[in-house]
Amino acid sequence: MPSPRYWREIPQRYRLEASKCKGCGKVFFPPRLVCSSCKSREFEMVKLEREGKLITYTIIRVPPSQFTDQSPYAMGVVELNGGVKILSQIADCNLDKLEIGQKLRIEFRKIYNEGEAGIICYGYKCVPA
Amino acid sequence: MREVAIIGVGMNKWGELWNKSLRDVFTEAALLAIDDAGVDHIDSMYVGCMSSGLFVGQEHLSSLLADYLGTNPIPAARIESACASGGLALRLGFIEVASGTSDIVLAGGVEKMTDVAVDGATFALSTAADQEYEVYHGITFPGLYAMMARAHMHKYGTTREQLAQVAVKNHHNGSMNPLAQFPQKVTVENVMKSVMIADPLRILDCSPITDGAAAAILCPMDLAKKITKKPLVKIIGSGNATDTIALHSRDDITEIGSTKVAGEKAFKMAGKKPENIDLAEVHDCFTIAEICVIEALGLVDKGKGGKATEDGLTALDGKIPINTSGGLKSKGHPVGATGVAQVCEVVKQLRGEAGDRQIKGAKVGLTQNMGGSGGSSVVHIMEVV
Repeated sequence: MPSPRYWREIPQRYRLEASKCKGCGKVFFPPRLVCSSCKSREFEMVKLEREGKLITYTIIRVPPSQFTDQSPYAMGVVELNGGVKILSQIADCNLDKLEIGQKLRIEFRKIYNEGEAGIICYGYKCVPA
Repeated sequence: MREVAIIGVGMNKWGELWNKSLRDVFTEAALLAIDDAGVDHIDSMYVGCMSSGLFVGQEHLSSLLADYLGTNPIPAARIESACASGGLALRLGFIEVASGTSDIVLAGGVEKMTDVAVDGATFALSTAADQEYEVYHGITFPGLYAMMARAHMHKYGTTREQLAQVAVKNHHNGSMNPLAQFPQKVTVENVMKSVMIADPLRILDCSPITDGAAAAILCPMDLAKKITKKPLVKIIGSGNATDTIALHSRDDITEIGSTKVAGEKAFKMAGKKPENIDLAEVHDCFTIAEICVIEALGLVDKGKGGKATEDGLTALDGKIPINTSGGLKSKGHPVGATGVAQVCEVVKQLRGEAGDRQIKGAKVGLTQNMGGSGGSSVVHIMEVV
Protein backbone atom coordinates (compact mmCIF):
# COMPACT_ATOMS: atom_id res chain seq x y z
CA MET A 1 0.00 0.00 0.00
CA PRO A 2 1.42 3.42 -0.88
CA SER A 3 2.28 5.16 2.41
CA PRO A 4 0.13 8.30 1.81
CA ARG A 5 -2.92 6.07 1.42
CA TYR A 6 -2.15 4.39 4.75
CA TRP A 7 -1.17 7.60 6.51
CA ARG A 8 -4.29 9.58 5.63
CA GLU A 9 -6.62 7.00 7.26
CA ILE A 10 -4.66 7.01 10.54
CA PRO A 11 -7.03 9.42 12.34
CA GLN A 12 -9.82 6.88 11.85
CA ARG A 13 -7.88 3.62 12.25
CA TYR A 14 -5.78 4.64 15.25
CA ARG A 15 -7.89 7.28 16.95
CA LEU A 16 -11.46 6.46 15.85
CA GLU A 17 -12.12 10.01 14.72
CA ALA A 18 -15.64 10.49 13.33
CA SER A 19 -17.59 13.55 12.28
CA LYS A 20 -20.82 14.79 13.83
CA CYS A 21 -23.13 16.84 11.62
CA LYS A 22 -23.80 20.27 13.07
CA GLY A 23 -27.13 20.36 11.27
CA CYS A 24 -28.81 17.16 12.46
CA GLY A 25 -26.36 15.53 14.86
CA LYS A 26 -25.79 12.36 12.81
CA VAL A 27 -22.34 10.82 13.37
CA PHE A 28 -20.39 9.57 10.33
CA PHE A 29 -17.50 7.13 10.34
CA PRO A 30 -15.41 7.72 8.34
CA PRO A 31 -16.00 11.50 8.22
CA ARG A 32 -17.75 12.99 5.19
CA LEU A 33 -17.88 16.36 3.49
CA VAL A 34 -21.67 16.47 3.24
CA CYS A 35 -24.33 14.99 5.48
CA SER A 36 -26.40 12.33 3.71
CA SER A 37 -29.39 13.13 5.95
CA CYS A 38 -29.68 16.95 6.09
CA LYS A 39 -27.07 17.97 3.44
CA SER A 40 -25.24 20.22 5.92
CA ARG A 41 -21.52 20.69 5.24
CA GLU A 42 -20.63 21.68 8.81
CA PHE A 43 -19.20 19.01 11.09
CA GLU A 44 -17.35 18.70 14.37
CA MET A 45 -14.85 15.94 15.17
CA VAL A 46 -15.98 13.37 17.71
CA LYS A 47 -14.50 10.05 18.83
CA LEU A 48 -16.38 6.81 18.33
CA GLU A 49 -17.75 5.03 21.38
CA ARG A 50 -15.57 2.00 22.08
CA GLU A 51 -18.31 -0.39 23.17
CA GLY A 52 -21.18 -1.91 21.28
CA LYS A 53 -23.00 -5.07 20.27
CA LEU A 54 -22.75 -7.64 17.49
CA ILE A 55 -25.37 -7.22 14.73
CA THR A 56 -24.27 -10.10 12.46
CA TYR A 57 -21.11 -12.09 11.83
CA THR A 58 -19.31 -14.69 9.74
CA ILE A 59 -16.21 -16.85 10.00
CA ILE A 60 -13.84 -16.25 7.08
CA ARG A 61 -12.33 -19.59 6.06
CA VAL A 62 -11.07 -18.59 2.60
CA PRO A 63 -9.29 -15.27 3.25
CA PRO A 64 -7.53 -12.75 1.03
CA SER A 65 -3.82 -13.70 0.82
CA GLN A 66 -2.64 -11.08 3.33
CA PHE A 67 -4.90 -12.64 5.99
CA THR A 68 -3.93 -16.29 5.41
CA ASP A 69 -1.93 -16.52 8.64
CA GLN A 70 -5.00 -15.46 10.69
CA SER A 71 -7.57 -17.79 9.08
CA PRO A 72 -10.10 -18.84 10.18
CA TYR A 73 -11.19 -15.58 11.79
CA ALA A 74 -14.48 -13.96 12.74
CA MET A 75 -15.77 -10.73 11.26
CA GLY A 76 -18.88 -8.86 12.24
CA VAL A 77 -20.98 -5.76 11.89
CA VAL A 78 -20.83 -4.02 15.26
CA GLU A 79 -23.22 -1.29 16.37
CA LEU A 80 -21.34 0.97 18.74
CA ASN A 81 -23.09 2.84 21.53
CA GLY A 82 -24.48 5.96 19.90
CA GLY A 83 -25.56 4.06 16.79
CA VAL A 84 -22.55 4.10 14.42
CA LYS A 85 -21.98 0.71 12.80
CA ILE A 86 -18.55 -0.59 11.78
CA LEU A 87 -17.19 -3.76 10.24
CA SER A 88 -14.27 -5.34 12.03
CA GLN A 89 -12.64 -8.59 12.98
CA ILE A 90 -13.82 -10.16 16.23
CA ALA A 91 -10.58 -11.23 17.91
CA ASP A 92 -9.87 -13.30 21.02
CA CYS A 93 -13.22 -15.08 20.74
CA ASN A 94 -14.39 -18.69 20.58
CA LEU A 95 -15.51 -19.00 16.94
CA ASP A 96 -18.26 -21.44 17.95
CA LYS A 97 -19.72 -19.21 20.62
CA LEU A 98 -20.38 -15.91 18.89
CA GLU A 99 -23.91 -14.62 19.32
CA ILE A 100 -25.86 -11.83 17.71
CA GLY A 101 -26.41 -9.17 20.40
CA GLN A 102 -23.29 -9.98 22.42
CA LYS A 103 -21.33 -7.09 23.90
CA LEU A 104 -18.02 -6.16 22.29
CA ARG A 105 -15.40 -3.46 22.71
CA ILE A 106 -12.83 -1.96 20.36
CA GLU A 107 -9.11 -2.58 20.79
CA PHE A 108 -6.12 -1.32 18.82
CA ARG A 109 -4.56 -4.23 16.93
CA LYS A 110 -2.36 -5.22 14.02
CA ILE A 111 -4.62 -5.88 11.00
CA TYR A 112 -2.10 -7.51 8.62
CA ASN A 113 1.51 -7.54 7.47
CA GLU A 114 2.26 -6.53 3.93
CA GLY A 115 5.42 -8.67 3.98
CA GLU A 116 9.14 -7.92 4.12
CA ALA A 117 9.08 -4.73 2.06
CA GLY A 118 5.66 -3.43 3.05
CA ILE A 119 3.84 -1.70 5.85
CA ILE A 120 2.60 -3.33 9.05
CA CYS A 121 -1.04 -2.26 8.95
CA TYR A 122 -2.77 -1.39 12.21
CA GLY A 123 -6.30 -0.48 13.16
CA TYR A 124 -9.25 -1.53 15.28
CA LYS A 125 -10.62 -4.97 16.07
CA CYS A 126 -13.42 -5.87 18.44
CA VAL A 127 -13.11 -8.33 21.32
CA PRO A 128 -15.76 -9.77 23.63
CA ALA A 129 -16.47 -7.24 26.41
CA MET B 1 -39.80 9.31 -25.23
CA ARG B 2 -39.82 6.66 -27.95
CA GLU B 3 -40.91 3.09 -27.23
CA VAL B 4 -37.94 0.71 -27.28
CA ALA B 5 -37.81 -2.91 -28.45
CA ILE B 6 -35.17 -5.59 -28.00
CA ILE B 7 -34.87 -7.17 -31.44
CA GLY B 8 -31.86 -9.40 -30.95
CA VAL B 9 -30.02 -11.20 -28.15
CA GLY B 10 -26.81 -13.20 -28.10
CA MET B 11 -24.86 -15.19 -25.55
CA ASN B 12 -22.03 -17.66 -26.03
CA LYS B 13 -21.22 -20.78 -24.00
CA TRP B 14 -19.86 -19.61 -20.65
CA GLY B 15 -17.10 -21.19 -18.65
CA GLU B 16 -13.33 -21.15 -18.25
CA LEU B 17 -12.55 -20.04 -21.81
CA TRP B 18 -8.75 -20.26 -21.72
CA ASN B 19 -8.43 -20.31 -25.51
CA LYS B 20 -10.43 -17.11 -26.00
CA SER B 21 -9.47 -13.49 -25.36
CA LEU B 22 -11.73 -10.82 -23.86
CA ARG B 23 -12.16 -9.20 -27.27
CA ASP B 24 -13.15 -12.50 -28.92
CA VAL B 25 -15.52 -13.53 -26.14
CA PHE B 26 -17.33 -10.19 -26.47
CA THR B 27 -17.34 -10.14 -30.26
CA GLU B 28 -18.83 -13.65 -30.44
CA ALA B 29 -21.80 -12.65 -28.30
CA ALA B 30 -22.22 -9.32 -30.12
CA LEU B 31 -22.30 -11.07 -33.51
CA LEU B 32 -24.88 -13.56 -32.23
CA ALA B 33 -27.09 -10.64 -31.16
CA ILE B 34 -26.59 -8.80 -34.46
CA ASP B 35 -27.48 -11.97 -36.40
CA ASP B 36 -30.49 -12.63 -34.17
CA ALA B 37 -31.75 -9.09 -34.85
CA GLY B 38 -30.97 -9.26 -38.56
CA VAL B 39 -29.49 -5.75 -38.64
CA ASP B 40 -26.72 -4.74 -41.04
CA HIS B 41 -25.22 -2.06 -38.79
CA ILE B 42 -25.36 -0.54 -35.32
CA ASP B 43 -25.31 3.16 -34.52
CA SER B 44 -23.87 3.10 -31.01
CA MET B 45 -22.82 0.68 -28.30
CA TYR B 46 -22.57 0.34 -24.53
CA VAL B 47 -20.46 -2.36 -22.90
CA GLY B 48 -20.76 -3.32 -19.25
CA CYS B 49 -17.52 -4.54 -17.75
CA MET B 50 -16.51 -4.41 -14.11
CA SER B 51 -12.78 -4.77 -14.07
CA SER B 52 -10.96 -5.63 -17.29
CA GLY B 53 -8.05 -3.60 -15.90
CA LEU B 54 -7.52 -5.93 -12.97
CA PHE B 55 -8.58 -9.15 -14.72
CA VAL B 56 -6.64 -8.77 -17.98
CA GLY B 57 -4.79 -5.45 -17.69
CA GLN B 58 -6.90 -3.89 -20.42
CA GLU B 59 -8.95 -0.71 -20.19
CA HIS B 60 -10.32 1.47 -22.99
CA LEU B 61 -12.85 -1.18 -23.99
CA SER B 62 -14.96 1.32 -25.95
CA SER B 63 -12.27 1.54 -28.59
CA LEU B 64 -11.06 -2.06 -28.41
CA LEU B 65 -14.48 -3.69 -28.70
CA ALA B 66 -15.90 -1.34 -31.35
CA ASP B 67 -12.69 -1.92 -33.33
CA TYR B 68 -12.87 -5.73 -33.15
CA LEU B 69 -16.61 -5.73 -33.85
CA GLY B 70 -15.75 -3.84 -37.03
CA THR B 71 -17.95 -0.90 -36.11
CA ASN B 72 -15.46 2.02 -35.94
CA PRO B 73 -16.11 4.94 -35.81
CA ILE B 74 -19.45 4.56 -33.97
CA PRO B 75 -19.75 6.05 -30.48
CA ALA B 76 -19.09 3.52 -27.71
CA ALA B 77 -18.97 3.65 -23.93
CA ARG B 78 -17.76 1.17 -21.33
CA ILE B 79 -20.04 1.18 -18.29
CA GLU B 80 -19.00 0.18 -14.77
CA SER B 81 -21.20 -0.39 -11.75
CA ALA B 82 -19.44 -3.49 -10.37
CA CYS B 83 -21.57 -6.61 -10.97
CA ALA B 84 -24.46 -4.38 -12.19
CA SER B 85 -22.38 -3.08 -15.11
CA GLY B 86 -24.28 -5.12 -17.71
CA GLY B 87 -27.72 -4.06 -16.50
CA LEU B 88 -26.62 -0.46 -16.44
CA ALA B 89 -25.21 -0.71 -19.98
CA LEU B 90 -28.62 -1.94 -21.12
CA ARG B 91 -30.37 0.90 -19.30
CA LEU B 92 -28.15 3.49 -20.97
CA GLY B 93 -28.76 1.88 -24.37
CA PHE B 94 -32.49 2.02 -23.63
CA ILE B 95 -32.25 5.72 -22.73
CA GLU B 96 -30.24 6.48 -25.87
CA VAL B 97 -32.83 4.86 -28.12
CA ALA B 98 -35.78 6.28 -26.16
CA SER B 99 -34.32 9.79 -26.35
CA GLY B 100 -34.00 9.63 -30.11
CA THR B 101 -30.23 10.07 -30.05
CA SER B 102 -29.56 6.75 -31.85
CA ASP B 103 -31.73 4.18 -33.62
CA ILE B 104 -29.91 0.84 -33.39
CA VAL B 105 -27.91 0.39 -30.20
CA LEU B 106 -25.97 -2.65 -29.00
CA ALA B 107 -25.94 -3.10 -25.23
CA GLY B 108 -23.50 -5.77 -24.16
CA GLY B 109 -21.47 -7.00 -21.25
CA VAL B 110 -18.27 -8.98 -20.86
CA GLU B 111 -15.90 -10.26 -18.22
CA LYS B 112 -12.78 -12.35 -18.68
CA MET B 113 -12.01 -13.58 -15.17
CA THR B 114 -9.80 -16.65 -15.51
CA ASP B 115 -6.58 -15.03 -16.74
CA VAL B 116 -5.72 -14.33 -13.09
CA ALA B 117 -5.33 -16.84 -10.27
CA VAL B 118 -8.04 -17.14 -7.62
CA ASP B 119 -6.39 -14.58 -5.34
CA GLY B 120 -6.26 -12.06 -8.19
CA ALA B 121 -9.94 -12.64 -8.93
CA THR B 122 -10.83 -12.30 -5.24
CA PHE B 123 -8.99 -8.98 -5.14
CA ALA B 124 -10.59 -7.67 -8.34
CA LEU B 125 -14.07 -8.57 -7.08
CA SER B 126 -13.35 -7.05 -3.67
CA THR B 127 -12.98 -3.63 -5.31
CA ALA B 128 -16.80 -3.57 -5.46
CA ALA B 129 -16.75 -3.21 -1.65
CA ASP B 130 -15.34 -0.31 0.41
CA GLN B 131 -11.57 -0.78 0.19
CA GLU B 132 -10.75 1.28 3.28
CA TYR B 133 -13.51 0.22 5.69
CA GLU B 134 -14.49 -3.28 4.58
CA VAL B 135 -11.75 -4.95 2.54
CA TYR B 136 -8.91 -3.51 4.70
CA HIS B 137 -10.25 -5.48 7.65
CA GLY B 138 -10.21 -8.84 5.86
CA ILE B 139 -13.72 -9.26 4.47
CA THR B 140 -14.49 -11.08 1.21
CA PHE B 141 -17.67 -11.08 -0.89
CA PRO B 142 -18.78 -14.47 0.41
CA GLY B 143 -18.17 -12.97 3.87
CA LEU B 144 -20.41 -9.96 3.22
CA TYR B 145 -23.27 -12.12 1.93
CA ALA B 146 -22.68 -14.59 4.77
CA MET B 147 -23.36 -11.75 7.23
CA MET B 148 -26.58 -10.95 5.34
CA ALA B 149 -27.52 -14.64 5.55
CA ARG B 150 -26.80 -14.81 9.28
CA ALA B 151 -28.87 -11.69 9.92
CA HIS B 152 -31.75 -13.01 7.75
CA MET B 153 -31.74 -16.35 9.55
CA HIS B 154 -31.74 -14.57 12.93
CA LYS B 155 -34.48 -12.07 12.04
CA TYR B 156 -36.84 -14.21 9.96
CA GLY B 157 -35.98 -17.80 10.85
CA THR B 158 -34.69 -18.58 7.35
CA THR B 159 -33.04 -22.00 7.46
CA ARG B 160 -29.75 -23.34 6.12
CA GLU B 161 -31.78 -25.85 4.06
CA GLN B 162 -33.79 -23.04 2.44
CA LEU B 163 -30.55 -21.41 1.29
CA ALA B 164 -29.49 -24.75 -0.20
CA GLN B 165 -32.83 -25.05 -2.00
CA VAL B 166 -32.04 -21.90 -4.00
CA ALA B 167 -28.92 -23.62 -5.36
CA VAL B 168 -30.80 -26.88 -6.02
CA LYS B 169 -33.51 -25.04 -7.99
CA ASN B 170 -31.11 -22.93 -10.02
CA HIS B 171 -28.85 -25.85 -10.94
CA HIS B 172 -31.98 -27.79 -11.93
CA ASN B 173 -32.98 -24.93 -14.26
CA GLY B 174 -29.41 -24.58 -15.51
CA SER B 175 -29.33 -28.28 -16.44
CA MET B 176 -31.68 -27.31 -19.28
CA ASN B 177 -29.52 -24.41 -20.44
CA PRO B 178 -26.87 -25.57 -22.94
CA LEU B 179 -24.89 -22.35 -22.40
CA ALA B 180 -24.54 -22.76 -18.62
CA GLN B 181 -21.10 -23.14 -17.06
CA PHE B 182 -22.25 -25.63 -14.38
CA PRO B 183 -25.32 -27.45 -15.71
CA GLN B 184 -24.87 -30.24 -13.15
CA LYS B 185 -27.81 -30.82 -10.83
CA VAL B 186 -27.09 -30.65 -7.09
CA THR B 187 -28.98 -31.92 -4.06
CA VAL B 188 -29.61 -30.21 -0.71
CA GLU B 189 -27.15 -32.72 0.76
CA ASN B 190 -24.46 -31.77 -1.82
CA VAL B 191 -24.83 -28.12 -0.85
CA MET B 192 -24.91 -28.76 2.91
CA LYS B 193 -21.77 -30.92 2.74
CA SER B 194 -19.77 -28.69 0.40
CA VAL B 195 -16.73 -26.79 1.67
CA MET B 196 -17.42 -23.94 4.09
CA ILE B 197 -16.27 -20.59 2.69
CA ALA B 198 -17.71 -18.04 5.12
CA ASP B 199 -20.16 -19.41 7.70
CA PRO B 200 -22.96 -20.12 6.99
CA LEU B 201 -22.20 -20.03 3.23
CA ARG B 202 -20.58 -23.00 1.51
CA ILE B 203 -19.01 -23.26 -1.91
CA LEU B 204 -22.29 -24.42 -3.49
CA ASP B 205 -24.00 -21.28 -2.15
CA CYS B 206 -21.61 -19.19 -4.27
CA SER B 207 -21.73 -18.28 -7.96
CA PRO B 208 -18.59 -19.21 -9.88
CA ILE B 209 -15.80 -17.30 -11.60
CA THR B 210 -16.63 -17.23 -15.30
CA ASP B 211 -15.51 -15.98 -18.70
CA GLY B 212 -18.42 -14.87 -20.84
CA ALA B 213 -20.31 -12.18 -22.66
CA ALA B 214 -23.85 -11.32 -23.73
CA ALA B 215 -25.40 -8.69 -25.97
CA ALA B 216 -28.75 -7.24 -26.96
CA ILE B 217 -29.81 -5.05 -29.87
CA LEU B 218 -32.24 -2.23 -29.10
CA CYS B 219 -34.19 -0.03 -31.49
CA PRO B 220 -37.40 2.05 -31.61
CA MET B 221 -40.65 0.02 -31.82
CA ASP B 222 -41.56 1.53 -35.20
CA LEU B 223 -38.28 0.44 -36.71
CA ALA B 224 -38.41 -2.96 -34.98
CA LYS B 225 -41.61 -3.85 -36.83
CA LYS B 226 -39.80 -3.30 -40.14
CA ILE B 227 -36.62 -5.17 -39.21
CA THR B 228 -37.77 -8.39 -37.54
CA LYS B 229 -40.59 -10.90 -37.87
CA LYS B 230 -39.91 -12.37 -34.41
CA PRO B 231 -42.25 -11.55 -31.51
CA LEU B 232 -41.45 -8.01 -30.38
CA VAL B 233 -40.20 -7.63 -26.83
CA LYS B 234 -40.63 -4.13 -25.49
CA ILE B 235 -38.79 -2.59 -22.53
CA ILE B 236 -41.66 -1.16 -20.50
CA GLY B 237 -39.84 -0.32 -17.28
CA SER B 238 -36.31 0.60 -16.26
CA GLY B 239 -35.05 1.53 -12.81
CA ASN B 240 -31.63 2.19 -11.31
CA ALA B 241 -30.80 3.03 -7.70
CA THR B 242 -27.87 3.19 -5.30
CA ASP B 243 -27.26 2.49 -1.62
CA THR B 244 -24.26 2.79 0.71
CA ILE B 245 -21.29 0.91 -0.67
CA ALA B 246 -20.52 -0.47 2.80
CA LEU B 247 -22.94 -3.15 4.00
CA HIS B 248 -22.48 -2.15 7.65
CA SER B 249 -23.72 1.42 7.00
CA ARG B 250 -27.26 0.25 6.16
CA ASP B 251 -30.16 0.43 8.60
CA ASP B 252 -31.27 -3.13 7.81
CA ILE B 253 -28.60 -5.65 6.79
CA THR B 254 -31.29 -8.03 5.44
CA GLU B 255 -32.86 -5.55 3.02
CA ILE B 256 -31.41 -4.64 -0.39
CA GLY B 257 -32.61 -1.06 -0.55
CA SER B 258 -31.22 -0.25 -3.98
CA THR B 259 -33.19 -3.15 -5.49
CA LYS B 260 -36.33 -2.06 -3.68
CA VAL B 261 -36.08 1.48 -5.08
CA ALA B 262 -34.98 0.43 -8.59
CA GLY B 263 -37.85 -2.08 -8.64
CA GLU B 264 -40.41 0.52 -7.57
CA LYS B 265 -39.21 2.85 -10.33
CA ALA B 266 -39.38 0.11 -12.96
CA PHE B 267 -42.83 -1.06 -11.85
CA LYS B 268 -44.12 2.52 -11.90
CA MET B 269 -42.79 3.17 -15.40
CA ALA B 270 -44.20 -0.15 -16.64
CA GLY B 271 -47.58 0.34 -15.00
CA LYS B 272 -47.25 -3.16 -13.57
CA LYS B 273 -47.29 -4.74 -10.14
CA PRO B 274 -45.22 -7.66 -8.80
CA GLU B 275 -48.18 -10.00 -9.34
CA ASN B 276 -48.13 -9.19 -13.08
CA ILE B 277 -44.64 -10.68 -13.51
CA ASP B 278 -44.55 -14.11 -15.17
CA LEU B 279 -40.86 -14.80 -14.55
CA ALA B 280 -37.79 -13.02 -13.20
CA GLU B 281 -34.05 -13.34 -13.61
CA VAL B 282 -32.43 -12.06 -10.42
CA HIS B 283 -28.91 -11.60 -9.11
CA ASP B 284 -28.22 -14.83 -7.17
CA CYS B 285 -24.49 -14.25 -6.72
CA PHE B 286 -25.03 -16.15 -3.47
CA THR B 287 -28.08 -18.18 -2.45
CA ILE B 288 -29.04 -15.62 0.21
CA ALA B 289 -28.96 -12.87 -2.42
CA GLU B 290 -31.87 -14.43 -4.34
CA ILE B 291 -33.91 -14.62 -1.15
CA CYS B 292 -33.26 -10.97 -0.24
CA VAL B 293 -33.85 -9.78 -3.81
CA ILE B 294 -37.22 -11.46 -4.39
CA GLU B 295 -38.34 -9.87 -1.12
CA ALA B 296 -37.02 -6.42 -2.13
CA LEU B 297 -38.87 -6.65 -5.45
CA GLY B 298 -42.11 -7.52 -3.69
CA LEU B 299 -42.36 -10.85 -5.54
CA VAL B 300 -42.71 -12.51 -2.12
CA ASP B 301 -43.43 -11.04 1.32
CA LYS B 302 -40.58 -9.64 3.38
CA GLY B 303 -38.89 -12.38 5.36
CA LYS B 304 -40.61 -15.13 3.37
CA GLY B 305 -38.06 -15.60 0.57
CA GLY B 306 -36.64 -18.77 2.10
CA LYS B 307 -40.07 -20.27 2.77
CA ALA B 308 -41.24 -19.37 -0.76
CA THR B 309 -38.24 -21.24 -2.18
CA GLU B 310 -38.87 -24.24 0.06
CA ASP B 311 -42.52 -24.31 -0.98
CA GLY B 312 -41.61 -24.32 -4.69
CA LEU B 313 -43.16 -20.92 -5.45
CA THR B 314 -39.99 -19.87 -7.32
CA ALA B 315 -39.52 -23.15 -9.24
CA LEU B 316 -40.12 -23.49 -12.99
CA ASP B 317 -43.67 -24.66 -12.33
CA GLY B 318 -44.19 -22.31 -9.39
CA LYS B 319 -46.23 -19.15 -9.01
CA ILE B 320 -43.29 -16.91 -9.88
CA PRO B 321 -40.42 -18.79 -11.58
CA ILE B 322 -37.06 -17.25 -10.61
CA ASN B 323 -33.86 -17.72 -12.59
CA THR B 324 -35.14 -20.04 -15.30
CA SER B 325 -31.73 -19.74 -16.99
CA GLY B 326 -30.00 -21.33 -14.00
CA GLY B 327 -29.13 -17.92 -12.60
CA LEU B 328 -25.64 -16.79 -11.75
CA LYS B 329 -25.27 -19.97 -9.67
CA SER B 330 -25.45 -22.43 -12.55
CA LYS B 331 -25.15 -20.36 -15.71
CA GLY B 332 -22.04 -18.60 -14.38
CA HIS B 333 -21.25 -15.04 -13.35
CA PRO B 334 -18.88 -13.13 -15.66
CA VAL B 335 -19.72 -10.03 -13.66
CA GLY B 336 -20.02 -7.40 -16.40
CA ALA B 337 -22.00 -9.75 -18.67
CA THR B 338 -24.52 -11.00 -16.13
CA GLY B 339 -27.04 -8.15 -16.36
CA VAL B 340 -27.28 -8.48 -20.14
CA ALA B 341 -27.49 -12.28 -20.03
CA GLN B 342 -30.49 -11.96 -17.71
CA VAL B 343 -32.19 -9.89 -20.42
CA CYS B 344 -31.26 -12.51 -23.05
CA GLU B 345 -33.07 -15.16 -20.99
CA VAL B 346 -36.18 -13.06 -20.50
CA VAL B 347 -36.33 -12.21 -24.22
CA LYS B 348 -35.98 -15.92 -25.12
CA GLN B 349 -38.75 -16.80 -22.65
CA LEU B 350 -41.09 -14.07 -23.91
CA ARG B 351 -40.52 -15.16 -27.50
CA GLY B 352 -41.19 -18.79 -26.55
CA GLU B 353 -37.66 -19.89 -27.47
CA ALA B 354 -36.45 -21.16 -24.09
CA GLY B 355 -36.60 -24.88 -24.91
CA ASP B 356 -37.11 -27.33 -22.04
CA ARG B 357 -37.16 -24.55 -19.47
CA GLN B 358 -39.86 -22.53 -21.29
CA ILE B 359 -42.50 -20.92 -19.08
CA LYS B 360 -45.71 -21.42 -21.06
CA GLY B 361 -47.52 -18.24 -21.99
CA ALA B 362 -44.97 -15.90 -20.42
CA LYS B 363 -45.86 -12.31 -21.34
CA VAL B 364 -44.06 -10.11 -18.81
CA GLY B 365 -40.55 -10.70 -17.46
CA LEU B 366 -38.27 -8.86 -15.05
CA THR B 367 -34.51 -8.67 -14.62
CA GLN B 368 -32.66 -7.49 -11.51
CA ASN B 369 -28.90 -6.97 -11.55
CA MET B 370 -26.90 -5.60 -8.62
CA GLY B 371 -23.43 -4.40 -7.78
CA GLY B 372 -21.37 -5.36 -4.75
CA SER B 373 -23.38 -6.18 -1.64
CA GLY B 374 -26.28 -4.17 -3.09
CA GLY B 375 -24.67 -0.74 -3.45
CA SER B 376 -26.28 -0.44 -6.88
CA SER B 377 -29.18 -2.15 -8.63
CA VAL B 378 -30.76 -2.09 -12.07
CA VAL B 379 -34.23 -3.49 -12.78
CA HIS B 380 -35.89 -3.90 -16.17
CA ILE B 381 -39.38 -5.07 -17.06
CA MET B 382 -40.12 -6.41 -20.52
CA GLU B 383 -43.34 -7.37 -22.25
CA VAL B 384 -43.96 -9.25 -25.47
CA VAL B 385 -46.40 -7.41 -27.74
